[in-house]
Amino acid sequence: MNPVNRRHFIAQVSAALVVAPEMARSESVRLPFANGDRPLVRLPQKRPLIGLTMRPPQLETPFPIFNEGVLTPNDAFFVRYHLSDLPTKIDPVTFRLSIGGHVGAPLSLSLTQLKRDFPVQEIVAVNQCSGNSRAFSDPRVGGGQLGNGAMGNARWRGVSLRALLDRAGVRAGASQVTFNGLDAPPVDAIPDFIKALDIDHARDGDVLIAWAMNGADLPFLNGYPLRLVVPGYYGTYWIKHLHEINVIDRQYDGYWMKTAYRIPDNDCHCVVPGQRPDKTIPIGRFNIRSFITSHKAGDVVAAGPVVPMRGIAFNGGSGIASVQLSINGGRDWQDATLGEDQGRYSFREWRFAGTFPKGQHDVKVRAVGADGETQPSGALWQPAGYMRNVVEAVQLEAI
Amino acid sequence: MRRGLFLIALAVLGGAAMARPRTYTLPTDIVPARLAGPQAEIVVNNCAGCHSLDYITTQPPAKGSQFWRDAINKMATVYGAPVDPADVDALTVALQNAVPTDQGDNH
Repeated sequence: MNPVNRRHFIAQVSAALVVAPEMARSESVRLPFANGDRPLVRLPQKRPLIGLTMRPPQLETPFPIFNEGVLTPNDAFFVRYHLSDLPTKIDPVTFRLSIGGHVGAPLSLSLTQLKRDFPVQEIVAVNQCSGNSRAFSDPRVGGGQLGNGAMGNARWRGVSLRALLDRAGVRAGASQVTFNGLDAPPVDAIPDFIKALDIDHARDGDVLIAWAMNGADLPFLNGYPLRLVVPGYYGTYWIKHLHEINVIDRQYDGYWMKTAYRIPDNDCHCVVPGQRPDKTIPIGRFNIRSFITSHKAGDVVAAGPVVPMRGIAFNGGSGIASVQLSINGGRDWQDATLGEDQGRYSFREWRFAGTFPKGQHDVKVRAVGADGETQPSGALWQPAGYMRNVVEAVQLEAI
Repeated sequence: MRRGLFLIALAVLGGAAMARPRTYTLPTDIVPARLAGPQAEIVVNNCAGCHSLDYITTQPPAKGSQFWRDAINKMATVYGAPVDPADVDALTVALQNAVPTDQGDNH
């Protein structure tokens, strides 16, 4: 967009802006941090979700939905865009996915060819925003002020990226693969949202080009008609409306890899709150997390009889080895029972039979991965508010 | 035979449904109440070209002027927002006022 068009665009947008009629109180939620009032908004193909921003759209899943099952329904799945020039019309007949760059034979595939000419794969995997839970950072940091609802778990169906790369024929010397979607910046000065994976990661067989989640076409706002699925990796890599794949013979140095979505380059990926890291690397795999979904802070339970509790745990792909509960603020821990294993990238359900004497209880949950990783008892801190995975707690009162 | 025809009809319908172009209509932007007054016009004029204003009003309270100066600087230098340097001070104040300052009003 040139400067003249931009001014015209702003004038149009300004004219289209309307002053909010007082938002009906019944259609909002209050997230448990300062300035946490949010409207519940309904966008196409979505039930009412927690509205963070409208242009571009960002929606959070209301937390009680995570207690309804380990798969997050498509119409409740969170939405996160970066750039406000969304595609407004996508024709599945004319849509093409291109695979080019450092390959022997560039491909341009229709959806029909993609679904017909390659082996179809399915995987259950969590997608989680890098900044999920950012608003709980202490001290608070700028950026999307999310509660815990910028995550979801789905059964993704598509073809492996490896199969496409093999068909195109990756040439010797390939270093990374870049991914671009149809969403674009509102002005040319803003870098297009392009992400990169190392070539070995791109060819590991688990990275998918998905057209369906939970048995249905991707909802528009989750990337129709194709999105990249990068199991165990933060959502920033899960490019929506994916239409361009490029193999390159160098490290990609675009803004969204080189400058944005960076984490401290140390063992804890953390710094002293308020400080800046000396050295950073691109964000990568999830750290391990677990949540209580059956109860929320302030809930009242019966003193004496068994209180059935449940929740979810997940990590970056080693799978969940155990989940433990403490009903006395972390002094003693007991094993929870793990639910059905849907694969190492999925939410893993846990159940626990709690018994509570009368009084206030600080109930905590922590998970241990098959790789031995567990959660910190105190929150780690990053300047951008990424990767929160502190042991979660809910205060319950038994009467 | 009749059942076969029915199945073929279903398949055709299914194919048609798959081939239908998908459209998405952007929701109408709303000026949050905190940014509706004349003192906030500078925010609407400088920011709403690229994103909705809830990006601003949902930020943490009481972050101080440097937080908002840094945000303006990032928008101008990284994202190319055409902010007039003469407007930065006034824009900083208006942005600080766009977020509730009382930590206690929303716990």
